[in-house]
Amino acid sequence: MSNRSLLNTMGFYALVVIIVVFACFPFYYAIVTSFATGTQLFQVQYWPQQLSWTNYNAVLGNSTFVRSLFNSLFIASLTVGFSLLLAVTASYALARVRFRGRGLLLMTILAVSMFPQIAVLAGLFELIRFLGIFNTPWAMILSYVIFTLPFTVWVLTTFMRDLPVEIEEAAIVDGATPWVIISQVFLPLLWPALVTTGLLAFIGAWNEFLFALTFTSSETQRTVPVAIALLSGASQQEIPWGPIMAASVIVTVPLIVLVLIFQRKIVAGLTAGGVKG
Amino acid sequence: MAKIELNNVTKSYGAVDVIKGIDLTIEKGEFMVFVGPSGCGKSTLLRLISGLEEITTGDMMFDGQRVNNVVPSERGIAMVFQSYALYPHMKVYDNMAFGMKLAKSDKGEIDRRVRNAAKMLQIDHLLDRLPRQLSGGQRQRVAIGRAIVRDPRVFLFDEPLSNLDAALRVQTRLEIAKLHHDMNDVTMIYVTHDQVEAMTLADRIAVLRDGKLMQVGTPAELYDNPNSIFVAGFIGSPKMNFITGEKAQAEGATTLGIRAEHIDLDEGGPWQGEVVHAEDLGSDHYLFVDIGTDEPVIVRRSGKLNVPLGTRVGLRPRPQDLHRFGPDEKPIRR
Amino acid sequence: MPDINPNTAPALATPAEPHKGSPSLQRQRQRAAFWFLAPMLIALFCVAAWPLMRTIYFSLTDATLSNLYDAKFIGFQNYLQVRELSSGRTIYRGTLVDPDWWNAVWNTVRFSVVSVAFETVFGLIVALVLNAEFKGRGFVRAAILIPWAIPTIVSAKMWGWMLNDQFGILNDILLNLGLISQRIAWTASTETAMKAVLIVDIWKTTPFMALLILAGLQMVPRDMYEAAKIDGIHPVKVFFKVTLPLIRPALMVAVIFRMLDALRIFDLVYVLTPNSSATKTMSVISRENMIDFDKFAYGAAQSTLLFGIIAVFVAAYIWIGKVDLSGEKSR
Repeated sequence: MSNRSLLNTMGFYALVVIIVVFACFPFYYAIVTSFATGTQLFQVQYWPQQLSWTNYNAVLGNSTFVRSLFNSLFIASLTVGFSLLLAVTASYALARVRFRGRGLLLMTILAVSMFPQIAVLAGLFELIRFLGIFNTPWAMILSYVIFTLPFTVWVLTTFMRDLPVEIEEAAIVDGATPWVIISQVFLPLLWPALVTTGLLAFIGAWNEFLFALTFTSSETQRTVPVAIALLSGASQQEIPWGPIMAASVIVTVPLIVLVLIFQRKIVAGLTAGGVKG
Repeated sequence: MAKIELNNVTKSYGAVDVIKGIDLTIEKGEFMVFVGPSGCGKSTLLRLISGLEEITTGDMMFDGQRVNNVVPSERGIAMVFQSYALYPHMKVYDNMAFGMKLAKSDKGEIDRRVRNAAKMLQIDHLLDRLPRQLSGGQRQRVAIGRAIVRDPRVFLFDEPLSNLDAALRVQTRLEIAKLHHDMNDVTMIYVTHDQVEAMTLADRIAVLRDGKLMQVGTPAELYDNPNSIFVAGFIGSPKMNFITGEKAQAEGATTLGIRAEHIDLDEGGPWQGEVVHAEDLGSDHYLFVDIGTDEPVIVRRSGKLNVPLGTRVGLRPRPQDLHRFGPDEKPIRR
Repeated sequence: MPDINPNTAPALATPAEPHKGSPSLQRQRQRAAFWFLAPMLIALFCVAAWPLMRTIYFSLTDATLSNLYDAKFIGFQNYLQVRELSSGRTIYRGTLVDPDWWNAVWNTVRFSVVSVAFETVFGLIVALVLNAEFKGRGFVRAAILIPWAIPTIVSAKMWGWMLNDQFGILNDILLNLGLISQRIAWTASTETAMKAVLIVDIWKTTPFMALLILAGLQMVPRDMYEAAKIDGIHPVKVFFKVTLPLIRPALMVAVIFRMLDALRIFDLVYVLTPNSSATKTMSVISRENMIDFDKFAYGAAQSTLLFGIIAVFVAAYIWIGKVDLSGEKSR
């Protein structure tokens, strides 16, 4: 009996180890590669053989890549800020006010967040050309609203629902208008939820590829995912794996750090919305 | 400060009628308690008076003025909630001052009122704390203080003691009674399911059942002259004994009601039975006597009583304290 | 539910009965709700509803990238066009008879079904592991968040390097283990390209699945397991008889979200296996036609079809499964 339970425990921990290795190994390998140069790149190495910053210097010395980092940062921040601004009031209305058609409205918002983005690509392309913002950050800020806004509304609505009814009623008795309830009573209670939702939306905007690829034409306007996808070497055959891995590590490490810091809240936010960030 | 009149007030949620036509007048300065089993509509009625819920039909008057569509903050009410409902992110002082700040009152006036209320409730040393740093009893005081600062015409309490432990509940009950005494021109409406709270606090009690008013009266009236079996059974502890069948018919009633303290032990009494259970409360002693009815009859005697289980005893109800109910569950008047 | 167009406002402020005098609390709140919702609805209209309508419109024209505005309305010719030749032969043209399109449809469906099936099974396993109590559980949960946090493009590049035919570590491992006899060009060869895409997607998305299922698992009361343990029921039986039925709603929601996400996949395929007909999905082929091949209207027609397929899928799923996605009814 004890032999069997020992075997069970060992089997369980073996499973745990397999899961962890599978989850982490690709990123580990990217780090190993990013520190390798020259011929080392073309020998498979399981452990880092040297710590060369050459690839990092190459990537960070490349002004268009640095420009891409700032583009991404600017676009994602503005998109998230704009979405949160609209989502806070909208989610209050959806979570707290009874009106006819509310359920339908919620379903519509969910449906938009599940939208295949390709379906709006042609129409957005026309709109962006019409507004004269093709190949500028504003094209991405405009188009990213299509997924960040429904997502933030949806998640904030679930958070807003969980706030106690009596606090709102106390505020109503105190003479608070809906706007005062949001700004002075609920917002201070909701800021952890706002941070979580904002972070998830930020990751979504940071990672977006289809719109960023379609709505930019010059190197300087690219966002990070597009820059990495189109990073090429001197010739077509020679893919610069070292710099690509260095760039990948650079854009991924901040995300991983943020995700690990806000781990619990992110899990709560993801499952509250049941929607991918 | 306000006289409240409800004229045929109803409330429905879709097809469900929660309040089914209530006429009630609450006098200025009165302490009115709504009591009833859960789901009877007492909290809904309070919320209708507060304005948090709209009445479906009927009229509600404050001092002769129709307030059906007046928002809560303009009715001159203050409300104390079951869960205290303090703003978690505001200090006690700001919790109490919030309403006046929103009304753009003068800063000095706000400060004066907050400090007065705090002193009255002995929470003036807590003004800089956050709600989560307070005990349950202290939070409840802050909630009451927040209500006082609003200087309301009507004070509304929604089961304010049900989250407190037994000892604190008695103490806070006394304080609410004292509050009513000190602010004797303020009308207070208090919702509870606990009839002891109702009996001890109320000037008048309104007993509700299924969205209807069963009886309104002073605690003594309800105790002595309940107008239905329901009220008779709801008010008083231990519960009134109800006897049906032959023994009731002997007194000319369908149901006979008699309170535990109105039964004497008498070997030659009309009811004979066996003691099946006894409870010693120290000051009082309850005997449960099986006299052949569905439930044993409870007899309450003060002091100690040494009656072993299984003893046969005779009971004599006091004739002047018998409640006789007809087949419609209403008392038979003679 | 009353049939109200969510994009029109008056539904919000319909009073139950006319009131005299000042507006009641409920009405004031509904009016505020309308103003609170308006900016969001306008924004969504501009970025979602309007472009969608324009896409559908373009699919009925002969628009090209350079000629968006003078496009002619040509009906359903982008979808299907029947022409009678003078010789008497009938020829069919349009997306619906385009073998490339049907290849993309097949790729997308195959990818979606296989990836979601694997992700569900693996997600369930990971969730069950994380639901057990053991030392280092927090660490494992943090570890499985890593694939989720890595941008899709970066994952594609990372795996592209690992799957590299000459220098890739995966070939090296498999060769050393003796599982393969020669190096495989994972992303380039048509036989393995889809496998490569599936591997990366499953790796990247299983954490999301696991977290959703874990949330469902944590709603199952612990005493249920204790009771089953005391009754001596075999754990496997407990899983199928108790756990699985209880987490079914959470599982259903997770599966539909993943499925919808999989059906629209673009970035991973585009970067990992560029121009491979073995993996080209509906999103990829639509964009290719629209932007790269200057068949704007033709691509618009294809993306409209994709939209239609997803819409039908969602409607069927909600209708059949009666899934309470909005969480309104459970409250």
